Amino acid sequence: MEVLDVEFGHLSQEELIAPVDTVQEKWKLLPAFLKVKGLVKQHIDSFNYFINDEIKKIMKANEKVTSDADPMWYLKYLNIYVGLPDVEESFNVTRPVSPHECRLRDMTYSAPITVDIEYTRGSQRIIRNALPIGRMPIMLRSSNCVLTGKTPAEFAKLNECPLDPGGYFIVKGVEKVILIQEQLSKNRIIVEADRKGTVGASVTSSTHEKKSRTNLVVKQGRFYLKHNTLTEDIPIAIIFKAMGVESDQEIVQMIGTEEHVIAAFAPSLEECQKAQIFTQMQALKFIGNKVRRQRMWGSSGPKKSKIDEARELLASTILTHVPVKEFHFRTKCIYIAVMVRRVILAQGANKVDDRDYYGNKRLELAGQLLSLLFEDLFKKFNSEMKKIADQVIPKQRAAQFDVVKHMRQDQITNGMVNAISSGNWSLKRFKMDRQGVTQVLSRLSYIAALGMMTRISSQFEKTRKVSGPRSLQPSQWGMLCPSDTPEGEACGLVKNLALMTHITTDMEDGPIIKLAANLGVEDVNLLCGEELSYANVFLVFLNGNILGVIRDHQKLVNTFRLMRRAGYINEFVSISTNISDRCVYISSDGGRLCRPYIIVKNQRSAVTNKHIQELSQGYRSFEDFLHESLVEYLDVNEENDCNVALYEHTITKHTTHLEIEPFTLLGVCAGLIPYPHHNQSPRNTYQCAMGKQAMGTIGYNQRNRIDTLMYLLAYPQRPMVKTKTIELIEFEKLPAGQNATVAVMSYSGYDIEDALVLNKASLDRGFGRCLVYKNAKCTLKRYSNQTFDKVMGPMLDANTRKQIWRHEILDADGICSPGEKVENKQVLVNKYMPTVTQTPLEGSSVPQQPQYKDVPITYKGPTDSYIEKVMISSNAEDAFLIKILLRQTRRPEIGDKFSSRHGQKGVCGLIVPQEDMPFCETGICPDIIMNPHGYPSRMTVGKLIELLAGKAGVLDGRFHYGTAFGGSKVKDVCEDLIRYGYNYLGKDYVTSGITGEPLEAYIYFGPVYYQKLKHMVLDKMHARARGPRAVLTRQPTEGRSRDGGLRLGEMERDCLIGYGASMLLLERLMISSDAFEVDVCGKCGLLGYSGWCHFCKSSCHVSSLRIPYACKLLFQELQSMNIIPRLKLAKYNE
Amino acid sequence: MLCLHVWLLGERESGMAVPGSVQEMRERVVLGEFGIRNVHTTDFPGNYMGYNDTWNYGRFENNFRIDIVKMEGDTLEFDMVGIDAAIANAFRRILLAEVPTMAVEKVYVYNNTSIIQDEILAHRLGLIPIRVDPRLFEYRSAAEEGEGTEIDTLQFELNVKCTRNPRASKDCSDPNELYLNHKVYTSHMKWLPQGNQSDLFPETDPPRPVHGDILIAQLRPGQEISVIMHCVKGIGKDHAKFSPVATASYRLLPEITLLCPIEGELADRLQRCFSPGVIGVDEVDGKRVARVINARTDTCGREIFRHDDLKDLVRMARVRDYYIFSVESTGILPPDILVSEAIKVLMGKCRRFLDELDTSQMD
Repeated sequence: MEVLDVEFGHLSQEELIAPVDTVQEKWKLLPAFLKVKGLVKQHIDSFNYFINDEIKKIMKANEKVTSDADPMWYLKYLNIYVGLPDVEESFNVTRPVSPHECRLRDMTYSAPITVDIEYTRGSQRIIRNALPIGRMPIMLRSSNCVLTGKTPAEFAKLNECPLDPGGYFIVKGVEKVILIQEQLSKNRIIVEADRKGTVGASVTSSTHEKKSRTNLVVKQGRFYLKHNTLTEDIPIAIIFKAMGVESDQEIVQMIGTEEHVIAAFAPSLEECQKAQIFTQMQALKFIGNKVRRQRMWGSSGPKKSKIDEARELLASTILTHVPVKEFHFRTKCIYIAVMVRRVILAQGANKVDDRDYYGNKRLELAGQLLSLLFEDLFKKFNSEMKKIADQVIPKQRAAQFDVVKHMRQDQITNGMVNAISSGNWSLKRFKMDRQGVTQVLSRLSYIAALGMMTRISSQFEKTRKVSGPRSLQPSQWGMLCPSDTPEGEACGLVKNLALMTHITTDMEDGPIIKLAANLGVEDVNLLCGEELSYANVFLVFLNGNILGVIRDHQKLVNTFRLMRRAGYINEFVSISTNISDRCVYISSDGGRLCRPYIIVKNQRSAVTNKHIQELSQGYRSFEDFLHESLVEYLDVNEENDCNVALYEHTITKHTTHLEIEPFTLLGVCAGLIPYPHHNQSPRNTYQCAMGKQAMGTIGYNQRNRIDTLMYLLAYPQRPMVKTKTIELIEFEKLPAGQNATVAVMSYSGYDIEDALVLNKASLDRGFGRCLVYKNAKCTLKRYSNQTFDKVMGPMLDANTRKQIWRHEILDADGICSPGEKVENKQVLVNKYMPTVTQTPLEGSSVPQQPQYKDVPITYKGPTDSYIEKVMISSNAEDAFLIKILLRQTRRPEIGDKFSSRHGQKGVCGLIVPQEDMPFCETGICPDIIMNPHGYPSRMTVGKLIELLAGKAGVLDGRFHYGTAFGGSKVKDVCEDLIRYGYNYLGKDYVTSGITGEPLEAYIYFGPVYYQKLKHMVLDKMHARARGPRAVLTRQPTEGRSRDGGLRLGEMERDCLIGYGASMLLLERLMISSDAFEVDVCGKCGLLGYSGWCHFCKSSCHVSSLRIPYACKLLFQELQSMNIIPRLKLAKYNE
Repeated sequence: MLCLHVWLLGERESGMAVPGSVQEMRERVVLGEFGIRNVHTTDFPGNYMGYNDTWNYGRFENNFRIDIVKMEGDTLEFDMVGIDAAIANAFRRILLAEVPTMAVEKVYVYNNTSIIQDEILAHRLGLIPIRVDPRLFEYRSAAEEGEGTEIDTLQFELNVKCTRNPRASKDCSDPNELYLNHKVYTSHMKWLPQGNQSDLFPETDPPRPVHGDILIAQLRPGQEISVIMHCVKGIGKDHAKFSPVATASYRLLPEITLLCPIEGELADRLQRCFSPGVIGVDEVDGKRVARVINARTDTCGREIFRHDDLKDLVRMARVRDYYIFSVESTGILPPDILVSEAIKVLMGKCRRFLDELDTSQMD
């Protein structure tokens, strides 16, 4: 009672009985979270970690270069820095560069990597500072980017959009994203059943130096260790013995002394006995004989004995991540024992681990990938220097060997640039060879770019038909968007992050080890081994390594969490218990997914209205919530230990955490959909894919960009029905779509198969009008023979002295002028190139005036374009760069594709004049008529509600929310409609515009946000009567881009055969394709030439006939490989 | 027959058509809960026994009337009674698509350094309503190419250059104060009289955009727009910019019939089911009784059908040949002129059709 008094004494009676009020606007934590973390923060964090910390560690690990030639010579790195992005103006003069300049000038946005070194020159020891060794592409908005900490006004000065998320690289003028890579967790034991049902354990160990995979397999009840470096599987008991555990009793003690465990392990001991191996030496020798011989490059040390080799192997290659110091194998033994025990316990009982469980996954980000690449390049750089030192030092020279003169920058620079621009990550060290790691950032719309930054690609083969890794895992809840995945072969393998997901970076584990020891974790090395299997003893793992054991795991976990909440440990360290395995896992490694949750104390949310108020007033930041233990991050494994309430009213006495907002379980793309919780799930998935094709706006700097392809909407609008996500990602500032008044009804026959009927007057007034920008590019190069490309003025007509038509739009400088209209085949840049570009051979005649041939840049396209702007600059190679931006304005036409935000796409089937459109009571005509058949099978109820909410919003003059799992209620929205005299159901009395009589049905009528998709007929239309042919076969070319023919394929051919239209067949397949007159000698059956058979040396039997050119080609190709096809000719009437 | 006709007239005056009767089928569009009944005109000659539906000019003249209800500024509301849907609709369609106006058709861009693309600028200029009487101009003939003449073309120029305001205070960040001419409005458009056009229009009422405050573009210092626009006469069918109306539409006169006396709480509920002022509740003998005051203002939200106990007590219908027209002009011509123009267009079409008939008969 006294305690209660102390706690509640200051409250009045009323306050005590008042109901506990809920935290009203806890979603406000989200903008606060996104302010600190941002949508692409994971990329930026990871890159920052790499250039600021990791790179120093890499340098430390490879800090010394020595030479075999001179033991006194050395090179030691003292420090390494990544500078700020700059560009070389002239020799050794640099100037800071902005990302946009790099985009325009096709350069790489990169910063110099400089090192401080200490080395010897002769007998001198020299220290040199700030020596460049290469250039590092810089991620936009990272700590070294010029954009960090700038205000929107400063962004505008740099021609940069403040809403652009950053997190990508600019390499050779192209924006490249390093996709997040999903992989199985490193250094964790995974117990799995194979196809036959036998259980085994595997560990993929990975350290800086090595990566290896160790398997524990069971064959006929015996345990074997399987490893790549071993030619055959080694009985596990022999491994134990080789590691110095010679006594069988000790082995069994480590594994466990329960009867069934001993029984399961006994055959393995027996096998060892049979092999007659009792001592460590014997065991090592046994293993040494099984080691696969592989001469690694660079390891040309003295030859080791087999025993040493085996010992070395056990210490460093097998289970690399378990540290072994001076061949004390104790920890590794225990680790293997735990693996064995895990497998024994998993047998029979279904306790195998799930590979697809998201707690077993790690995400690799740009920073990690780049650090792997950089380390490889750095090592190569060092070994190159060593090679040079080895070569140069023995030679006597006047000047002493100065290594600085041999440090070549381009190796690291090119290595980085090529990897990012091609996406091929091939590292010799780890035998890694991955393709498609990077992708060009899609700038089709703002959402496309954002969506790309949150994309996760997985390592699984796309072609394999597996369902496991593709299906939605319950553990992905809240971490990955359940909707946003492509359809087709990459389905479920390419995923997207949810709105609040954060990916951790690596952390120091030293303090955690110390803390764990202080909290009562006992070192395993001090134990005899049997304790491991005690029922009340829990094993403590830190990042996959055994730290020790703990008796009271509950207390450890609780204290640990309290310390973390108090800020003594990094907030991203996670601790979780696995009761069935009797383990406590502490993780501080990078690549884990986690998200913030509100802490629940005493069945009350720790965050109260007061906190939220302070947040909205700006007194508080998200960081404060973390520090005051109101909010904490949970990773996937720790989530399993917690009891998270979705809503405040569902808190029970077991609840530990409270969700911040349920809609955050969706990602960026799915967040655009209003009322997604009312839609059939695949529809949301379709919309996620289509939102990326919607045109609109791409950034505030869109008009300054010269992209290869850019689609913009002339009059983009914010959606009437928005969501919280839309506000958070500021989609409203860069929208992609328009609010169209939609009538859901049948109209004419041109609306079948989801086709839409558009109102002509709406199109006249600017609905769906879009701008298409394309660019044309050319460089003026210098060649090695002192010649160079040049641009010449326009050619004049001889008679009229006017510019010829092809050069009509050229200025006097030979480059088209802005604002002009270009037609097909007109010249944009009148470029000339020297005919001879090679250096003339020695002794050949001195070239006179260089000869030029014209290589004009011409415009090709079915419709005319306008020239928006012309840029003249120089690129990184100092060549002139001319970029021309071309513009087309298009109004929607029949066949253009539109879509609502509910995966309901359709093409325009008919454009109807306004007077023919139905109109409602107030005289409103719809912009779009949509057929009601689109609804029943698609079940996009969300679209119906969007229409209602949109209509109410229009009447009321405000925006409604369609946030997932919330948003404006249908009931309230409908009440609004009634207030304005509309029908409760949103169905209006509509009059036909054609007859003037009312329609028999009430029409569902109101605004829906429509997106115009990038697929337009103008870009697809294609027909050909005559046209180019392929050189080799003389058949018509293929594809629209080459003005190709339309193929009469096999099946069409079958039809013609079946119909008996043989002459048509002949006409299509030969006469109109590749008919060719050949002279065939009737005697020898070979092809002749202009009426003469070269084989028979006569012309008497030669006759002329028409065959397909491809057929003639085949004969000749066959002849070239000594097969002689002979044609037998006979008279037609014989 | 005549007496029947008079009887019919009498019926209308009383406003009654018995539910379910032939009368109702002929004269009322009935709003049901799930659909609209009797939407089509069915009074064709010989379609109904006992009715003479043959065309009779005298009868039409007697029945037909137009009442102007409201005319304020650019909007006009009038009732057109006693006419077939096809004809009423023809007026609406002609108003939307076939009454000519002048609009910018060609834009000659001499300089445009603004953020707005030339095509978009031209599109925007095209949509500006130009206040000039289109009847004073001819259509430009399609055959002849060229600049056009004073009788078919009206020229405007727009020359705006944005500069920094030298008198703006230093710490100011409001673009309105920082820059001069940074917003291009329709008031910047200047008429260039061609030929005798300056005599045609009084100086007080020169051709100009209807509204002077339509924002065309925004500029920043150094940016400039310099264009000359040619306006031509055209019709809405060709492009919506020529449409003289913001919208022209009609609705049928609502009719609400209480099928039995509604009293007490039901009456109040009934009142709430309709737009304000449609249903009145009177105190009769201490009882509250509902009464239809003015069905015309009802928006036909059909709220009544959500009340199971009320929906069968009321019949919602609309009078088939009572059109409440609403014409909103864009401001180029007053709406009443537009309507008479529309009638002229229809008359012209009829005349042309009759001429066609005559010529074809001659062949």
